[in-house]
Amino acid sequence: MAPIDTEILAVTGNEAAAEAMGQIDPDVVCAYPITPQTEVVQLYAQMVADGKVGSEFVTVESEHSAMSAVIGSAAGGARTMTATSSQGYALMWEVLYVAASYRLPVVMTTVNRALSGPINIHCDHSDTMGGRDTGWIQIYGENHQEAYDNCIQAVRIGEHADVRLPVTHMYDGYVISGAIGPLQMLTKEQVQSFIGPYHAINPMLDTEHPVTVGPFDGLHGWYFEHKVAQNRAMDRALKVIQDVADEYAELSGRQYGLLDPYRLEDAEIAIVVVGSTAGTTRMTVDKLRARGVKAGMVRVRAFRPFPHAAYAEALQHVKVVGVMDRADSFGAQGGPVFLEVRSALYDCDPHPQILPFIYGLGGRDIFPDNIEQAFAALQKAAQSKKRSSTERRYLNLRKD
Amino acid sequence: MTVDKKAGAKKPAPLKKPRARKAATKKPTWDISDVDSWGPERHELGATIIEAGNSVYNETGGWRSMVPEIDSEKCDGCMLCYFYCPDASIVIEGGKAVGIDLEHCKGCGICARECPTKAIVMKIDEKE
Repeated sequence: MAPIDTEILAVTGNEAAAEAMGQIDPDVVCAYPITPQTEVVQLYAQMVADGKVGSEFVTVESEHSAMSAVIGSAAGGARTMTATSSQGYALMWEVLYVAASYRLPVVMTTVNRALSGPINIHCDHSDTMGGRDTGWIQIYGENHQEAYDNCIQAVRIGEHADVRLPVTHMYDGYVISGAIGPLQMLTKEQVQSFIGPYHAINPMLDTEHPVTVGPFDGLHGWYFEHKVAQNRAMDRALKVIQDVADEYAELSGRQYGLLDPYRLEDAEIAIVVVGSTAGTTRMTVDKLRARGVKAGMVRVRAFRPFPHAAYAEALQHVKVVGVMDRADSFGAQGGPVFLEVRSALYDCDPHPQILPFIYGLGGRDIFPDNIEQAFAALQKAAQSKKRSSTERRYLNLRKD
Repeated sequence: MTVDKKAGAKKPAPLKKPRARKAATKKPTWDISDVDSWGPERHELGATIIEAGNSVYNETGGWRSMVPEIDSEKCDGCMLCYFYCPDASIVIEGGKAVGIDLEHCKGCGICARECPTKAIVMKIDEKE
């Protein structure tokens, strides 16, 4: 079914996310503004003030409070959303784990920005990559359209009976959040019928059935069992993410998957990349293909849960895979995405060589030339008889 | 939750009389008697306790190391122990403190501290 309203709007990424929130019209939004997410909170507060949404908007004094209020609201039985970025995400840290372990299906927009220090307000993925083990589902978007589409799908994913986990969807700070790009919206009625009514499980505000949320688990309690239950829900989320994407495709005409492959079928070299840099990489792939180079790409969409089997299937025939990380894992063998992809491909026999690239930290520009350099390194590795070093390769780093 | 049958754990001393239950308190419908053996799928999402007041039916004082001892002769019926006890574990009969609900008393010692007539003293709770 084609979307009813196919008008193409020119919006910032933040406007796209705020519009999605407005059409979801959650019961409660608790949020604190932070660059570069501020516009989301500002626009939403305006919608509340103008009576365009029915949400209770809770202003708080910090992100720790924002996430705590979100947990209280969600445990109370309300469909709850928030938005953050960078230091705000970091300040939520301990309560992010609580939201996930209480199995509260809240939805958060996170605009990716570097973490201090040195203090830096520009895009990289250090914030959410650092939170990859908090138990939240993480879906990375590429562009304005996905800032909108992923926000709507996140509601269905988190609230699904097989999942019941919080979901954060991300897009790149500034590159997407502040820049103007195209957006096609659904109608509010379409969004409402897609997400459906919220079904709370054991809500605290059901006073006929009083419950205790977040009890002490005892000195020799069931923490271990609860953690395993959380992880099983993560595993089940893989299917739910795809099912929700398929259903959303029928509504919107836009198809998403667990990952986003591009010209991979006969690729000999390929790059795995997250977020807005996928657009530049896709363009570079086309350029190389025109020269006869068998280049391909995978864009990461679901990072938690990480669809390792899908990566193995998509990449096992490739000779050399380069993984471009916009965050580093200090002291590890490479960035977070590199570690996942390499682990996912380990059981393939034979498996591709996998090389780590780090780029774009603190908003460092990534030019088409830099991506061509990365592909050139992959090509060299593919032609070499020796296995290449798996030391990090830095793109657009000032040399010593 | 359930009584720990490990070596060293003492069965709680029986009360002189069963503690009076509120008439409104129903028997719990959420059966957790075998919770010790529950795997990941059996638990409520997020470890939520889905029924109020179920501690009445479960021993919660098993980890006590001190235990209050009441000399009812000294008790003048002021009820301070009863009001201060965080676990409603003071048994009152005829206006006087006559015993402790040892299934729920955690041995905090507040009753002994507050008792104006020193009718309550804390003793080491010797386990068998």
